[in-house]
Amino acid sequence: MEKLLKISQLKVHFPVKGGIWMRPVATCKAVDGVSLEISKGETLGLVGESGCGKSTLARTVVGLNEPTTGEILLDGQKLGDYSGNLGKKNRKRVQMVFQDPAESLNSRHTVGQILEEPLVVHKKGDQGERASRVKELLNLVGLPLASVARYPFEFSGGQRQRIGIARALVLNPEILVLDEPVSALDLSIRSQVINLLLKLKNRLGLTCLFISHDLSVVRHLSDRIAVMYLGKVVEIASAEELINNPLHAYTRSLIGAIPQANPKVHGEFSVLSGEVPSPINPPPGCPFGYRVGSPFYTESIGQSLDLKEFKPGHFVQDCPCCVI
Amino acid sequence: MSLLEVRGLEVAFENEEGEDLVVVDGVDLSLKPGQTLGLVGESGCGKSVSALSLLRLLPQPTGKILNGSILWKGNDLLTMSNDEIRSIRGKEIGMVFQEPMNALNPAHTIGRQVDEVFLTHQGLDRKQARVHTLKMLEKVGIPEPGIRANEYPHQLSGGMRQRIVIAIALACEPDLIIADEPTTALDVTIQAQVLQLMSKLQEQSGASLLLITHDLGVVAQTCDEVAVMYAGRIVERAPMRRLFEFPQHAYTRGLLASIPSLTGPVQTELPVIPGMIPALADLSSGCRFAPRSPYAHEQEWLDVRAPLVEIEDNHWVEDCPACRRLNSEALS
Repeated sequence: MEKLLKISQLKVHFPVKGGIWMRPVATCKAVDGVSLEISKGETLGLVGESGCGKSTLARTVVGLNEPTTGEILLDGQKLGDYSGNLGKKNRKRVQMVFQDPAESLNSRHTVGQILEEPLVVHKKGDQGERASRVKELLNLVGLPLASVARYPFEFSGGQRQRIGIARALVLNPEILVLDEPVSALDLSIRSQVINLLLKLKNRLGLTCLFISHDLSVVRHLSDRIAVMYLGKVVEIASAEELINNPLHAYTRSLIGAIPQANPKVHGEFSVLSGEVPSPINPPPGCPFGYRVGSPFYTESIGQSLDLKEFKPGHFVQDCPCCVI
Repeated sequence: MSLLEVRGLEVAFENEEGEDLVVVDGVDLSLKPGQTLGLVGESGCGKSVSALSLLRLLPQPTGKILNGSILWKGNDLLTMSNDEIRSIRGKEIGMVFQEPMNALNPAHTIGRQVDEVFLTHQGLDRKQARVHTLKMLEKVGIPEPGIRANEYPHQLSGGMRQRIVIAIALACEPDLIIADEPTTALDVTIQAQVLQLMSKLQEQSGASLLLITHDLGVVAQTCDEVAVMYAGRIVERAPMRRLFEFPQHAYTRGLLASIPSLTGPVQTELPVIPGMIPALADLSSGCRFAPRSPYAHEQEWLDVRAPLVEIEDNHWVEDCPACRRLNSEALS
């Protein structure tokens, strides 16, 4: 299949400043050598715990963070440099839906203004055309047309997230990056928004990078799933394969830690010891083996820990302490 | 005998116009010693407010308890003096809050905050208190308690902070722990650690646990009994397994069906509960789930509140003919 988005060896490092002069004293390796590919029409789910770098990765793809090294190719064309006219053209092709719809919508703009703004910025159509595009979008996400003149605070959380999704879609992006789009929503509203995303994906053939910490939601929406741990991807496979045959010890623990809403699996959920090490001062070897105190941890020191294809389409970090 | 018996609890908040908005509308709860009761519902359903009123911690002066009684070991908490209730808070009833960063004092060391419980409730001096504190920190799995006790909350991770909050809540070996979304702010692997810790400590001390959560997965893994709240009322209450196997109220069924699981079909439409949670100002006196229920309601069912009825041993459901009829049809 045609690869639409190609991320290769992406690193995003942040300087940590300290001392009286606020000089850089250390580096926070938020994303540390990630390579991913997304085919046209595919949804790639990205899961991991807080601090694993999944949001930084998303923000780098849409150009909110600058990559330190590595590159992001969209259709063979380099993304990541978002300055100037070319940058503006690129921005239009990648759009983002944020986690908290209450904070990502301008509270002083009406919904009509919010949805129209991207069209104005990119000089698309005249006033009439823009207005009809806005209406089309409201229809698509299931909001009443009268919403145009209303403000974000007049809507509930679920409806606000619909506005956020409509805003991301208004320019017909080639890739939609969704950063925890349903995490802030209530249970009964969450399933409504999940259904909307599924409908949009099928109807518009969207290519998505879907980020969440909730493996059940990711599994429901994604074709393939990538698991991130401390700035690195540790495992990628098709959604079913990853859930049913996880190879990396971290993926297994992540799946085992989810409390199932099914009393028949009562008390079976596994508990992982330790916490995620700091990305500022990561351990020399495999960070997961270090966390759980794996007896084979020392063998991982000095290893490259690159992804290796264990089965067709199933890539796992080649780590002596996590993949046994 | 019940340890805690809440009857007909009615809580309201006064709005700017001076009107009372009822957020908890006639809630009955009871907890036996050693039992874990889950209180489930979406935001705004009144589950946290119910928990806060048990300890009379409602924000003042807007929050008021209009009616009802809260019997703690046979004594009504609502008629107690402030001194009496203060001797129960933290000693007989411990509370674990959702966001550990907000529950801890950022300007005091961890040790001092745990010490405080022993100083207040057990009349120990500082030295003795610190000995108990270190023991308690070790019990909740804080590595190197001697060093950690002198650190401040910001120096710890979210999971460690929640362990401190649990240490404070459990310091005096309370008979009841109220935990309000104790793991919502935590990552899944840390959530599993904290849940395991809480059930271990609860087992050791034989305390009861009132667990407030919106996560039905957490309920399925920890609770003995579950009460489902919707718009200020309990619509269904049952032993945990029965609630998942044989849910009776349309809302409970809708909620259970709408959760994506790790085993169900993927990329298919999830069953949804249409519409949204009603605003506090326009709650009807009858069935409040009616606008979202898949079944039509007669006017009478909207005007008159249906009582909870016991349909099988210890399984109670709000007797709204529509929300229940749908289920008996679905069963046959």
